[in-house]
Amino acid sequence: MSQPLNKSTHPGHSPETFFRGKSHAELASEFNEDEARVSWHDGALWWIRQKRDKITKQIPEWEELREAASQIKSHLLSNLHDYLVQFESNLQKNGITVHWAANAEEHNNIVYSILKAKGITQMVKSKSMLTEECHLNEFLEERGISVVNSDLGEYIQQIDHEPPSHVVLPCIHKRKEEIGELFHEHLGTEKGLSDPTLLTRAARKHLREVFLTRRGALTGVNFAVAETGEFVVCTNEGNADMGAHLSEVHIASMGLEKLIPKKEHLSVFLRVLARSAIGTPITIYSSHYRKPRPGQEMHVILVDAGRSRQLGRVDFRDSLKCIKCGSCMNTCPVYRKGGGLSYHNTITGPIGAILAPNLDMKRHADLPFASTLCGSCSNVCPVKINIHDQLYKWRQVIVKEGYAPKSKAVAMRAMAETLSSPGFYQTAGKLGRWFLKNLPFALNNKWNPWFRHRDMPSPPPQSFSEWYSKNKGGNKK
Amino acid sequence: MNMTSREKILSEVLKNQPAAVPMPDISAFKGPAQDNVQEYMDTFVGIGGKVFAVDDIDSIKILIKEQFDTSLRMATTLTELADMLEMYSPQADPHSYENLELAVIKAHLAVAENGAVWLTESVMGQRIIPFICQHLAVIVDSSAIVPTMHEAYKKIGFGDYGFGVFIGGPSKTADIEQALVMGAHGPITMTVFILKEKI
Repeated sequence: MSQPLNKSTHPGHSPETFFRGKSHAELASEFNEDEARVSWHDGALWWIRQKRDKITKQIPEWEELREAASQIKSHLLSNLHDYLVQFESNLQKNGITVHWAANAEEHNNIVYSILKAKGITQMVKSKSMLTEECHLNEFLEERGISVVNSDLGEYIQQIDHEPPSHVVLPCIHKRKEEIGELFHEHLGTEKGLSDPTLLTRAARKHLREVFLTRRGALTGVNFAVAETGEFVVCTNEGNADMGAHLSEVHIASMGLEKLIPKKEHLSVFLRVLARSAIGTPITIYSSHYRKPRPGQEMHVILVDAGRSRQLGRVDFRDSLKCIKCGSCMNTCPVYRKGGGLSYHNTITGPIGAILAPNLDMKRHADLPFASTLCGSCSNVCPVKINIHDQLYKWRQVIVKEGYAPKSKAVAMRAMAETLSSPGFYQTAGKLGRWFLKNLPFALNNKWNPWFRHRDMPSPPPQSFSEWYSKNKGGNKK
Repeated sequence: MNMTSREKILSEVLKNQPAAVPMPDISAFKGPAQDNVQEYMDTFVGIGGKVFAVDDIDSIKILIKEQFDTSLRMATTLTELADMLEMYSPQADPHSYENLELAVIKAHLAVAENGAVWLTESVMGQRIIPFICQHLAVIVDSSAIVPTMHEAYKKIGFGDYGFGVFIGGPSKTADIEQALVMGAHGPITMTVFILKEKI
């Protein structure tokens, strides 16, 4: 990226200093300055979408699987209280320590206290959007504990002081030459090296040393089974397992919504997850953690951080069904052309745009507007979240609450007044046609965002009502 | 444990959760009638693995000598291979397997639709083994290959393990420009031996 974002020298990044309060439109237009990158980004994500289409068509019961996955999550959300209690009790039976965190700060403090009690000052972390959401790395680093992200894409984002731009493909917006430059600086690879295999080998060597020397490991959770008190972590790299099985302390952080009722339900979710995410039949590793290894401590932190509030929002609660496959991002025309970092939120893309307003409606008021409402996201979602309907509904809530982006609020008020007064509507139409014909530059200028990348149609000589009143007499004859 | 947060979260959830929705019945899902062995082999090759259908354990020994550098450290939990491979020590520090070139493990079952094998710590010896080795070889009985994940979980049931894993190929990443690279952190290759005779 052409340095649009504020990359601090601090190893972490807070959203305030990184995005500097910029809107989705502002951040996306910065991403759009590099046309070649946008075209590549667009094509790379569409290619993944096509891989998803190809592999899902090989499963005749694909639509039934989506429906089952959606219904299991509906059932879960409607009994979440009881399943949480059941899960907690089974975790404890399995020798796992359970913690509850109402918010990000409490979560971070729990992680810190676990590590501190063991005298651990270095931790390795596998991919966890939740800990990104909680800004755990910055929190721990301020307290003298270093964290290394071990997922390759997240490692790359970490050394570049950027948040992930995609839940599954954290550095999809970067070109290999940029990654080569970062590795040259941080891992001492040869200057100009950009071959993906050689770069991956360099990271493998470095991160293996990290895995072998870290006493503390933190992983995310993909699915947590209430019935058995086990949790499943899915990776393609094997990084979660390398960290967890070599550690003295394994901490797993999960949002409340990661629960599923029964173990057999894993069959449905593991069939849809990787196929939806990257078009492969299953992630390489689907690891089922049930008990700590002898001599090891295992902790599960159950995090609310706005989830119970979202559960109470009738129109938006289904967003909690999300299994973080990223397919809505890969298919979204706005995401593909605007980039993930434009969403100024940990979870990006269409699903991020319906989760973020629950966390901070004012800051994320623009995100539900960053969509064409084409509905492609809802069509590919493996748990059938009505994403585009929720985007539309959030717009109404945001306008009603007074958080609409200013230009949108003014335009919508003007539109409402125009449409509710027939006389004004006709005058406005006449004026519009006159301006388009005689003074097009008065509308098509840099102050009118509608005209970026758009041309105006030539104006018709008259409106439909003018034509109708002129012709209705003639037709009667 | 912070009881106040626990109580707060649970009461908020109880207050906000919708009216009960029934649990769907997923018992009808099952794989097609097919040649599971052939389907498995096609799938596994497709995801970048190597697969051999073999008659007996001696054929596996010959293939191991052909396919791997036997001068390096190789280990197994299978007594049938004890004459050529080191046996795991459950007491050893997991870090001590850092230089493991090849691990040979017997899977409980394999899944034709995705190429994955199901391993628990009892067959791994140590949890770290199938991840830390440079090359992973897994033996599975041809009769233990099921069509889909639905049959797999039926066979696994509740299960008696502290750790279990489906592994569906060599460790991989495509994080750099979507270029597929085998051997992100775990094994660079994965080989499956499908054994016609049970051992």
